[in-house]
Amino acid sequence: MDALLHITTLHYLVLGAALFLLGVIGVLTRRNVVIVLMSIELILNAVNLNLVAFSRYWQGMPARLGGGPGALHGQVFAIFVITDAAAEAAVGLGILIAFFRNKETVNVDEVNLLKW
Amino acid sequence: MFLTHIWLIPLFPAVGAALMFFFGRRLQKSTVSAVCVGTIVLAFLMACGAVWQYSNNWAPANGNKPYETILYTWLGTDTGHLNFLKSDGSSAPLQADAGFLLDPLSSIWLLFVTGVGMLIHIYSTGYMAHEGGYYRFFGYLNLFMFSMLTLILANNYVLMFVGWEGVGLCSYLLIGFYFHRESATDAGNKAFIVNRIGDAGFLLGMFFIAWYMGSLRFIDVTAAARSGHFAIGDPIITAATLLLFVGACGKSAQLPLYVWLPDAMEGPTPVSALIHAATMVTAGVYMVARSNALFVLAPTSMKTVAIVGALTAIFAASIGLVQNDIKRVLAYSTVSQLGYMFLALGVGAFSAAVFHVFTHAFFKALLFLGAGSVIHAMSGEQDMRNMGDLHHRIPVTYWTMFLATLAIAGIPPFAGFFSKDAILWQSWSSEGGAYRILWFVGFVTALMTSFYMFRLIYLTFFGRPRMDHAHEHHIHEHSNAMKAPLVVLAFFAVFAGFLGWPHSLLGSDRFTRYLEPVFASEAKVLQNEGKAGQLAAGEKEAEHTNPMEYVLMSLSVGAAFAGWGISRRFYRTADKGYREPIAAVPPVYNTLLNKYYVDEGYDYVFTGRRKIGNVRLGVLGLGEASSWFDSHVIDGLVNGAGWITRLTATFSSWWDKWIIDGIGVNGPAILARALSYPARLFEWGLVQWYALVMTAGLVGFVFYYVYH
Repeated sequence: MDALLHITTLHYLVLGAALFLLGVIGVLTRRNVVIVLMSIELILNAVNLNLVAFSRYWQGMPARLGGGPGALHGQVFAIFVITDAAAEAAVGLGILIAFFRNKETVNVDEVNLLKW
Repeated sequence: MFLTHIWLIPLFPAVGAALMFFFGRRLQKSTVSAVCVGTIVLAFLMACGAVWQYSNNWAPANGNKPYETILYTWLGTDTGHLNFLKSDGSSAPLQADAGFLLDPLSSIWLLFVTGVGMLIHIYSTGYMAHEGGYYRFFGYLNLFMFSMLTLILANNYVLMFVGWEGVGLCSYLLIGFYFHRESATDAGNKAFIVNRIGDAGFLLGMFFIAWYMGSLRFIDVTAAARSGHFAIGDPIITAATLLLFVGACGKSAQLPLYVWLPDAMEGPTPVSALIHAATMVTAGVYMVARSNALFVLAPTSMKTVAIVGALTAIFAASIGLVQNDIKRVLAYSTVSQLGYMFLALGVGAFSAAVFHVFTHAFFKALLFLGAGSVIHAMSGEQDMRNMGDLHHRIPVTYWTMFLATLAIAGIPPFAGFFSKDAILWQSWSSEGGAYRILWFVGFVTALMTSFYMFRLIYLTFFGRPRMDHAHEHHIHEHSNAMKAPLVVLAFFAVFAGFLGWPHSLLGSDRFTRYLEPVFASEAKVLQNEGKAGQLAAGEKEAEHTNPMEYVLMSLSVGAAFAGWGISRRFYRTADKGYREPIAAVPPVYNTLLNKYYVDEGYDYVFTGRRKIGNVRLGVLGLGEASSWFDSHVIDGLVNGAGWITRLTATFSSWWDKWIIDGIGVNGPAILARALSYPARLFEWGLVQWYALVMTAGLVGFVFYYVYH
């Protein structure tokens, strides 16, 4: 019971893996590019969760191993990832609009110009 | 004062013309008359003053040299920027000034042009009173006076040519004054075009003179010609003078370019009097007289002038014998009298020619004005067959015209007697008598002149009245504006000849003496060259009297009276259907009536209005030939070039499409496509496939590293 009530790093990792899996499935199966982009956000946020979870884990570790309350690298990295996700969303949506103007569709399986 | 402001003389009528052209439409007829007659009166007074001052003050003080004043350099520069190569290899500045020259020759022309011009302007105010385009008429007349005075007063050939062209233009405008009448516009065109032929000769003659003498100023040219530098019979001078004479032939209506003058009678009668009798047509005589120093160096040209003059005189007079249009008779008479003048010029009797111009101006202007008065009285009728018995109905016209007829016929002591007799005597005596055949031609012409002029008088003023009753009631004499010029001109027609009263009749021939500074030195030049003929004989003999002169004089007076007598015999009692004496020989009569078919001949040969068989010659023929050449040869070449272009374009297009595009452009593309085939086999083109492969790879790596 205690193992169920006390949230450990493992919980976070399981949740992150679940989210990552959902994201990958979304990317691979959905045809709508918007949904694909949202799925990519899901993957990135799964990674963020992992980073934050490990960062919290490292804060509980002794200082001689590089841990302690100042071990915030993972959290800082998560903020970078959020920033990057915003930029990626902007670029992705821009490409999406340009593409829609040319082909009047947002279905990813119709983006097949490289096919001969 | 008059001499220094001599440029005002042509300026007055120029201002009048400008006023008419800009404001004339809005002016009252009385204002138009006042302005246009006023300018000529001013010009006349100014001319009298200038001539008086020249003859009495300037010439005696300056050794009888001509008075020259230059306003400004008009063409070229005196700094020598515009040089041309002379015939001898040196260069001379091309220069023409707006300058004026007054010598005895231009003085005489100046006086009678402004004087007769003034009288005809006054007459026109009456004659044209009821015509439309009153201001236009007077504007043209004033413009004509401006051009004519420029021609007379010019100090060089170029400025003279400006006036020469100006009078030609005004002549054209005034002949076509009744422009709604096609015959009038045709006549205007004819006059202009025929004159252009002459003008071309004048221009070429000018070029020769400039090229040979290095100057176009009369003073320079005369001095060069008299310097003894040029030999008598110099071919270039002969060519130049012959070309100048072509110009004179056009302007002064000599064979073969006389055809425009009879047609010019389509213009209003005062125009015929002013331009086509008294002034403009004498411009050719003036030009030849002005170039006298050149002409005496070219005996061939002199002979040509004399022969052309004599032939024209008898040719035109013979046509005049049978014409029925009162103005046409006078027109042929004018051509004939101009022929006399050229005969005189050609035999070297320059002053006799000028004298005849002078007297002719008065009596011929008078005859035309009288004819205008007759036509006016007859409500526009010009055919003498429909006139008759007018002498007591329009007595002033009759008496003045009768005096003019006495003058032109050469009845002593009227003006024409003296001038014509001078010409005939000079023709007889010149060049040791080589020209006696020309004297005989002149003599026969004198007989004809007398005949046709009295025929005109008898048909018009005597015999039975042959007009309609409607016209008959309308006959009346006209306003004083028309009568006064007739009377004044009649006075001169009677007395102008006294100025040249010959030595043989105990006179002093003041006219010739007045002109001596212009002409007399010719005799000296010729004598120095050992060739005293040409005119020397005439000039010398004139001072002593020769019994032969009296014989010839009585012969020509006899001819004049004989012509009068024959006319009187046939026409004095002419009634409807009267017989022409010459009509007894129908071929001769028809030839003369049809003017020797010259117009028809010109139509066949020169204009091409008539075809010879199927062939068209002349200008129209040239036009047709050119048109054929254009449509067949030139257009053929054009079409051929087009066809070749199209052919090469077709080939080029095929080449471009199949070779350039096919091999050059599409070839590499096809090649690239073919070569890229294996590379393209690796691509699906589906993003999610790529993502799936990436994921599978990732999973594979994870498994590998985790369970390795």
